[in-house]
Amino acid sequence: MVPIPIFDALHTALSAKGANTTVSHGVLVCDVEPAQVFTTATHLKSAFAFDVFLDVTAVDWPDHALRFEVVYHFYSTTHKVRVRMKTRVADATPHVPTLRPLYGSAGYMERECHDMYGIIFDGNDDLRPILLYEGFHGHPLRKDYPKQLEQPLVRYRF
Amino acid sequence: MYGKPLPVVSVSREPAGTFEYLTTKKDELVGWARKFSLFPYPFVTACCAMEFMAVSASAYDTDRFGAALPRFSPRQADLLMIVGTVTQKQAPILLKVYEQMCEPKWVMAFGVCATSGGFYQNYASLPGIDKIIPVDIYIPGCPPRPEMVIDGIMKLQDIIARGKHPIINDKF
Repeated sequence: MVPIPIFDALHTALSAKGANTTVSHGVLVCDVEPAQVFTTATHLKSAFAFDVFLDVTAVDWPDHALRFEVVYHFYSTTHKVRVRMKTRVADATPHVPTLRPLYGSAGYMERECHDMYGIIFDGNDDLRPILLYEGFHGHPLRKDYPKQLEQPLVRYRF
Repeated sequence: MYGKPLPVVSVSREPAGTFEYLTTKKDELVGWARKFSLFPYPFVTACCAMEFMAVSASAYDTDRFGAALPRFSPRQADLLMIVGTVTQKQAPILLKVYEQMCEPKWVMAFGVCATSGGFYQNYASLPGIDKIIPVDIYIPGCPPRPEMVIDGIMKLQDIIARGKHPIINDKF
């Protein structure tokens, strides 16, 4: 694989902030604390031109003390590379800061992540259901959501 | 005005043996007319739409069965074709479309998702549209072959031809 020059600079810069960085499948991965999510994303955007917010999603690890892993993906149209940022939050306090001030598109993706996993994005005041509907209880992509539990909006005929 | 005589029109009788009248049963006549004038409303939600287009277009040509002209208003349609997966969020919309259709009306579940939910068994999708509205004909397949759709239309035509067609029914 051709080495990607920006990764060394990113590794140096993020390690200085206390983040743990590795390279996985050609994507730089950095693990950060929830409190550092916003500052790290700001740094990525301002210093390294990661101008596209690709996605935010979560991974449910039911056996872990910090149950949810919130995963962000960024892309740089200048450097043509992606970077992945991960953080871990507990089941009782699934709070991470919103990235809406940095990326306008983050609002929709945070709503979806809130729908599916119940992650609360502090500062995002519009966490209404986007793919689910009003009145839906629970978060269907959590591992403890019963696989076939339906919550119909129209009463079944039988 | 009243005293004016009506004009006399000479009626020339056709020769004996021509087709002047016939006898039939009302249900058979109405059923025959209705089965060849199905106006479908395509409620298309997913990938089965591609197969719906294939069966509507010239190679398979549902026009042969009188079911060619899709009406994009449920008020003008009498065959509701549910083509694709219906989600729980979509279910109230489907019910509203069904209720807007005038009697007589028939419902076709096109493909396995509309029939039973198919391989979707989760929080998101409706396990078959017959959970919320009555269905007359089911077409399995993922997606169904055009031959299966045509077979379904012909079976529905048989149902209509054999059915009762009351002028006044319990809903109307």
